[in-house]
Amino acid sequence: MFVFDTLTHRLKRGCETMAYPKGPAPALPDRHGGTLKVDASQCADGCKACVPVCPTQAITRANGETVALDLGRCIFCAACVEVCPSKAITQTGDHRMAVRRREDLLLGRTGAEELRLGTALEEKLRQLFGRSLRLRQVSAGGCNACEADTNVLGTIGWDLSRFGIQFVASPRHADGLLITGPVTKGMELALKKTWDAVPTPKIVIAVGACAIAGGPFVGHREVNDGAASVVPVDLYIPGCPPHPLTILDGLLRLLGRLDERPVPV
Amino acid sequence: MSASTPFALFANATSLPWAEVPAWPVAELVHKTGRELNRGARLCAWFGLPEGDRTCLVAVLAFDADNTLAVGRSTPFIGTYPALTLLNPQAHLFEREVWEQHGLTPAGHPWLKPVRRTAGDAPANGEFFRVDGREIHEVAVGPVHAGIIEPGHFRFQCAGEEVLHLEIALGYQHRGVETALAGGPHRATMSQMETVAGDTTIAHATAHATILESLAGAEAPLRAQWLRAMALELERLANHTGDMGALANDVAFLPTSAACGKIRGDFLNLTALICGNRFGRGLVRPGGCRHDLEPARATQLLGRLKTALADTEQALAWLWDAASVRTRFENVGVVFPAQAAEIGLVGPAARACGLVRDVRYDHPAGWHRFAQAPVAVWPGGDVFARARVRSLEIQRAGQYLGEQLAAPADGELHSEIAPPAPDTFAVALVEGWRGEVCHVALTDTAGRFRRYKIVDPSFHNWTGLALALRGTAISDFPICNKSFNLSYCGFDL
Repeated sequence: MFVFDTLTHRLKRGCETMAYPKGPAPALPDRHGGTLKVDASQCADGCKACVPVCPTQAITRANGETVALDLGRCIFCAACVEVCPSKAITQTGDHRMAVRRREDLLLGRTGAEELRLGTALEEKLRQLFGRSLRLRQVSAGGCNACEADTNVLGTIGWDLSRFGIQFVASPRHADGLLITGPVTKGMELALKKTWDAVPTPKIVIAVGACAIAGGPFVGHREVNDGAASVVPVDLYIPGCPPHPLTILDGLLRLLGRLDERPVPV
Repeated sequence: MSASTPFALFANATSLPWAEVPAWPVAELVHKTGRELNRGARLCAWFGLPEGDRTCLVAVLAFDADNTLAVGRSTPFIGTYPALTLLNPQAHLFEREVWEQHGLTPAGHPWLKPVRRTAGDAPANGEFFRVDGREIHEVAVGPVHAGIIEPGHFRFQCAGEEVLHLEIALGYQHRGVETALAGGPHRATMSQMETVAGDTTIAHATAHATILESLAGAEAPLRAQWLRAMALELERLANHTGDMGALANDVAFLPTSAACGKIRGDFLNLTALICGNRFGRGLVRPGGCRHDLEPARATQLLGRLKTALADTEQALAWLWDAASVRTRFENVGVVFPAQAAEIGLVGPAARACGLVRDVRYDHPAGWHRFAQAPVAVWPGGDVFARARVRSLEIQRAGQYLGEQLAAPADGELHSEIAPPAPDTFAVALVEGWRGEVCHVALTDTAGRFRRYKIVDPSFHNWTGLALALRGTAISDFPICNKSFNLSYCGFDL
């Protein structure tokens, strides 16, 4: 009985995979707010209201300097947005946040009001990985939220494998690592060994505030304040955790699959 | 039963002056605690409190039937004390932890080794228990596992397919959460509480906020308590649904696996509808909540909830209708009720052994004082029972949300609370989706945290998983593991 039941229901529901990236991206929750933007020219002289409310010390303002926001450390709680009297820090609603260089997440200076979105891999790597990327995920002190929202990309709604991206069990089968968590001292050796076991050429993706800069645990002696202190990182995806759409955008951006250029053959 | 106890009694989510907590010489504390545990109390927490170069031991007990908590402590001492584990096994991990953190040796402890210590590059977990014999082989798994999952090490002693013993060695996720709380609360504290176990954000955040509120002698406004209860059930729905899908996947029953993977996201999106974050970060704050669930938003939430619940019901009906699934779940990974009580299992894992044990019912605090759902219990202790309890809790959480969303509390969402009172002791228990989340705090003379202890339900339940594997085929490890789905970082802290 149930076989027919199951089939009927599946047929009735049809294809549940989202149209993105061919169609429009699904809307973020209205209270999500997306990435942040800093317009330091709006800051009142000497105002430091945002500095003490930031739980991860992502915001600094030295005397005489403009305000600086490190989106790598940011957990997007928006406490700074709420407290800012002059709307110098605002939410843009944009889900796109992945960058190739750590410094592209530093906001505040003139010309650096917004993060600088990452470019695709260089041509040779793009030809290798553009249509088939196998990743080994390593959680190194992750709280299971970044892990969960990476995992969700494998479900029918997102269907990551339609892009040729898959998570594999063995680093020997992988083209790179996707790292979550601040890299605890306890996981440092395991992470190094896993990275060593991935054949070259290989890439590393750091997902979440912890993997970029230590997140809420920045400065603890039990952690390394991010993956880059242990292995070279090719892509940073901010968030706590990043929305699955942000992670997917990052992966596709790295593979050069979001622009109009044809997919490499 | 609690009336005759020498321990100081108090209720969940309340505080009492530290001076009112009775102190005995350590041997007497061990004896008294053992006596209470052996007549039905549960050990919620057992931890050390440094005092100069000495250490006090503190015992927090729960008398579930009396809806009462109890606390007692030892006078400061140094060196060795008689192990509580010998009187009652519930204490075995707690005593290892105390030994690791404070160097107090529980004399006679049968398996004294670190629980999460990091020495050098990787957790040093000492010798593993080994079964000897020509037919015996050992399987080592982890810390890096095959899926997208947190790290830990499993060491199996097997005779052919059969697992004779499983030892679980954790500590890889240790981020120094408790150490950082000393002298707090700090700026980062609330974010750290929300990430103690990332899939249990609401439960841990609620426990921490409740601690600060009770230390201030205050309560969050009713509307905030209502909203926290709603978010807690959404968290339960998302995780239980995801795990049902994972269980289906592990027995190769793909329709339910595919459907539940997606519906789990639908539930997470409902939490995001309230606060913008799929895991509920930024919602619970000391003194209340940060985002409101206005009537229009609540109506939208209710509508989407009904759809997601109907989808879940359908997906689970496929699973329970399939004899091929039932036969894979039945009599696999059994924890016997007596074992469950002995090691102090909590949450769905305990309820699947027939133990009626649920903080929302036994120690109601917050909104659960006014509205409760029936406790979901199933006998058997196997994967089938744990999956049944999860299924029942999905139904009941859905029903509870439906009723309570229609009857919100009015009023303020947030109120300023006073700073924590000095030299005060507080405990907050919250029934997270894995079971009892326990936060314990003691303030110093300035009202800062002198000691803050977190007990994630996983701390109690990892031993349950190890026991479930005994006599089970090693190929059934994945479904046993999924049926518990315990937290690594919640344990490692």
